[in-house]
Amino acid sequence: MDDETGHVMPLKTGEDVVRLRQALRERVLAIKLSLVDQTKFVTAASELARNVLDYGGGGEAHLHMVERDNKRGITVVFIDQGPGIADVEQALSDGFTSGGGMGLGLGGAKRLSDEFHIETAVGQGTKITITKWKAF
Amino acid sequence: MDRIPILRMGKILLVTIQVDMHDNLAMVLQDDLTERIVKDKARGVLIDISALDIVDSFIGRMISNTAAMARVLDAKTVVVGMQPSVAITLVELGLKLDGVRTALNVEKGMELLDVGVSFGKR
Repeated sequence: MDDETGHVMPLKTGEDVVRLRQALRERVLAIKLSLVDQTKFVTAASELARNVLDYGGGGEAHLHMVERDNKRGITVVFIDQGPGIADVEQALSDGFTSGGGMGLGLGGAKRLSDEFHIETAVGQGTKITITKWKAF
Repeated sequence: MDRIPILRMGKILLVTIQVDMHDNLAMVLQDDLTERIVKDKARGVLIDISALDIVDSFIGRMISNTAAMARVLDAKTVVVGMQPSVAITLVELGLKLDGVRTALNVEKGMELLDVGVSFGKR
């Protein structure tokens, strides 16, 4: 049973990204993810948070602790009202970049997470959900 | 304003990143390092990331940019102390630290730089 909106954190500045990492560190520790899984998930979240900042014009992150089939996990939803992504397949493949950065964000975040969902359309913003489960 | 301290050991500059860096801090560090390379005629830069439990593409970019600027100024850059879980994550993330060698610790990093450290000798 997970809470509806979860914990909402703004993503408008670099400091917000740092704060998000902090909040996630506490939560992944609480559900006892392995160190490698902790690192992978917080890194994935960091990438997506920066995307919200750099490409989405700012937005927010919703943190949920979740449960399914007797396993516990953590879900983060990244939401922005930015330009949206025209070609998701291209965005997910490494090497894609529109901003001159390393362009690894989406593909990398997907690989580092257990579940990855994206809802986006040109002119309609972007919503990305990632989840990591505690393996038993 | 907070600044990350840069230590000089002979011809090598040592930077230890111990805080979760936000944008400004990272930019200031890049600028500070570039200035110091010129001012101290440094031949090598050691970036100690042993305290970082998360390295994302933002930090990666900062390190790569620093290495690129150092190279233009004829200095080599070595990253030391990468935590194992960070290394595993970086591979999966697909992050390549271009132009940057890595070493286990500061001592090995200095061997890699091979510019020699002289204390009080000329």
